[in-house]
Amino acid sequence: MTDVFRAEGLGKSYPGVRANDDVSFAVAGGEIHALLGENGAGKSTLVKMIYGLVRPDEGRMALLGAPYAPHDPRAARAAGVAMVFQHFSLFEALTVAENIALGMEDPPPRAELARRIEELSQGYGLPLNPARRIASLSAGERQRVEILRCLLQDPRLLIMDEPTSVLTPQEAGILFATLRQLAEAGTAILYISHKLEEIRSHCDRATILRQGRLVGTVDPRAHSARELAAMMVGAEMRLVDRSGRKPGAPVLEVRGLSTPGGEGVALKDIALSLRAGEILGIGGVAGNGQEELLSALSGETATAPGTVVLEGRDLSTASPETRRRAGLLAAPEDRLGHAAVPEFSLAENTLLTAGARQELIRRGLIDRKAATAFAQQVIHAFDVRTPGPGTAAGALSGGNLQKFVIGREVLGRPRVLVVNQPTWGVDAGAAAAIRQALLDLAAQGAGLIVISQDLDELLELSDRFCALNQGRLSAPRPTEGLTIEEIGLMLGGAHGMEVAHVPA
Amino acid sequence: MFRLEPRASAPLLWQVATPVLAVLATMIGGGALFAAMGFDPLAAIRTIFWDPLFGPAAAYSRPQLLVKAGPLILIACGLALGFRAGIWNIGAEGQYIIGAICGTAVALAAYPLDAFWIFPAMILAGALGGWAWGMVPALLRNWFGASEILVSLMLVYVAQKVAAWMAFGPMKNPKGFNFPGSRNLQQYDAAANPELIAGSGLHWGGVAAVLALAATWFVMSRHVLGFHIRTAGAAPRAARFAGVRPERLVALCLGVSGALAGLAGLFEVAGPAGQITESFGSGYGFTAIIVAFLGRLHPLGILLAGLLMALTYIGGELAQMMLNLPAATVQVFQGMLLFFLLGFDILTRYRIRRRA
Repeated sequence: MTDVFRAEGLGKSYPGVRANDDVSFAVAGGEIHALLGENGAGKSTLVKMIYGLVRPDEGRMALLGAPYAPHDPRAARAAGVAMVFQHFSLFEALTVAENIALGMEDPPPRAELARRIEELSQGYGLPLNPARRIASLSAGERQRVEILRCLLQDPRLLIMDEPTSVLTPQEAGILFATLRQLAEAGTAILYISHKLEEIRSHCDRATILRQGRLVGTVDPRAHSARELAAMMVGAEMRLVDRSGRKPGAPVLEVRGLSTPGGEGVALKDIALSLRAGEILGIGGVAGNGQEELLSALSGETATAPGTVVLEGRDLSTASPETRRRAGLLAAPEDRLGHAAVPEFSLAENTLLTAGARQELIRRGLIDRKAATAFAQQVIHAFDVRTPGPGTAAGALSGGNLQKFVIGREVLGRPRVLVVNQPTWGVDAGAAAAIRQALLDLAAQGAGLIVISQDLDELLELSDRFCALNQGRLSAPRPTEGLTIEEIGLMLGGAHGMEVAHVPA
Repeated sequence: MFRLEPRASAPLLWQVATPVLAVLATMIGGGALFAAMGFDPLAAIRTIFWDPLFGPAAAYSRPQLLVKAGPLILIACGLALGFRAGIWNIGAEGQYIIGAICGTAVALAAYPLDAFWIFPAMILAGALGGWAWGMVPALLRNWFGASEILVSLMLVYVAQKVAAWMAFGPMKNPKGFNFPGSRNLQQYDAAANPELIAGSGLHWGGVAAVLALAATWFVMSRHVLGFHIRTAGAAPRAARFAGVRPERLVALCLGVSGALAGLAGLFEVAGPAGQITESFGSGYGFTAIIVAFLGRLHPLGILLAGLLMALTYIGGELAQMMLNLPAATVQVFQGMLLFFLLGFDILTRYRIRRRA
């Protein structure tokens, strides 16, 4: 195998951060090469340098043996580097062919382009009709459009940025079959992820980054997931303690909960029953109604009477503040701008949800001293790394702010806590701490609903599991003994995607 | 060459420094403009900023400072509440006019009765009139999603027409020799808003402005309502999550800022202006927008900015008289001030770095 891409001593600094420091690695033709690291380990910066979005401060890169220093993505594409981003950039109102033509420097005539798209999609087992509108495609099919867009450039190096985060396990399987076929045709594939199992089963080599530095390039199959995680984090992973919980009386009953949808996803006839001391996991691919469900439970969206009942009290039309007083607390997914106000200090951010329960606001008057003290308490109890309660929430790293947001609700002694993506974008150490805090809360007798796209997290935390798919919630199943394949089917399988037929 | 780099948080130093820088830049920019027009720039700047307070005619012009600053501060306090929440009341001028008309209506209805309740009733009517005029854009936004910026702004022109109609029609002074305009309330003791301390320029509007400043400070920094307003402005979704009802906030902010503008109009018509005329609105409602921003939407800042803007009004008039500067100068000056302020504001949110 010859090296298609080689990086030597790459370094990049941002104010106050050394994003990459002396990173050297090589990607060979024909291999699927994983780039592995926690959030903030410097994966994005490294890839941006390769794709010409950011220029390195030090070091050299080579592509096909020749010096390579792209000054913009166009130069990178011209040199044979293509990238599929985590977030798609497609126009929903246009067709597949039109979207692909828009991204080309010099698009061929419509009929010619359609023919080439068909040809490529057949050849790589990515069935796609060029005349279909993007709006009618599933996430997996949209990703195919992005991949095809790259393949039309005949790339030597294909970069995939966390491609499976929007896919069900079945859809991910189809993707890997395609990637393997591409690799066999000689393309080098750089695959960015932090999902260890996925990397172990599908990648040939893995380059691991930690805090901007290279840990090493290893064969992922020769290491266990725990060993890989330890390399990523730099320490042994802490196992969570699930003991000491026993389900009690039902605390939350949701019946016939539907929302009109509008701009988001409509919730359809959702029913669930939550017991004290229990954690109910709700899985699903992003955009299937997770945010809407949280809003309906937190009180941001009012629903029909009788749909949300906490310990016998109908809260369906109650305001978020009334629900909090009654003990129904929530922590939304989006930390900046939803769960917290970035411009406000941590002390002020406690007022968002803890005003009544912690008596920080009495008869409309704000008790600043109490707010500062409570913020300090959260910082202390949840090991939030920050100079103090006066620091702006936006100045905290994602993981620290998430610890603060979760801690603020956990210390509110909820009867029921609903969290969405509690560890999204959080480093492994902080994620373990958050999960343990959720388990401890359940052990103290609260009912928890954990909405997440991280299936491993749900399997680790929850007693029962249900799937949210296009606004519908499946019947819950005990987590014990549930396999990833079964979960995948609950999540909607391959969403009706045509299965790839890879020619022999 | 240079590039802007976002700051993690806005340093207090820059928040205070940018208004000062904007004033200095306005002096320089204005001076250059005057020079280009053939005036002595130094003399013009001195006439505008120095002479009203310390010049030969200061005894006359100094009381004017409070007369002009009062309504500006009163209106700006209300506007600041809404601006903090991202609710843009651009039509304070209209609410000011309608408030004055409503208050005058009470006075004219009671005329020539002499009773203690007349002035308080006028104050109430002025506030209610401004509130109602402010509620129009609020309700249209809540019910139909109409932009409160456009609706409130266009209602200014409606209010101006109403003022003209009143001056020529229902409110015309029967003893006014057929000149357009209402009776002069200064000559009707029960309805007049006189100078409280001779030679100071202070009338009840100034007292109301001080009360409004204190109330704004209290609400914004101590009360949960102010917290909700700031949250709604900084992160609307977080505000919803905290339990803020956006429609209520829209109604509250537009209503309160309308009521305060209406009060300012009432104190003006019962005091310095004396009567409703075709051209009753004199731009306080628009200038107050500059005052609110120049004062960083903070009560103390609004106090200083209100005094400064009042100074440019008086200084501009003085410059017209003494140097024959055109009347539009004041507006150009005030416009420049807002322009430079918004420009320098970038420095609070970004730092300038040399590109490597």
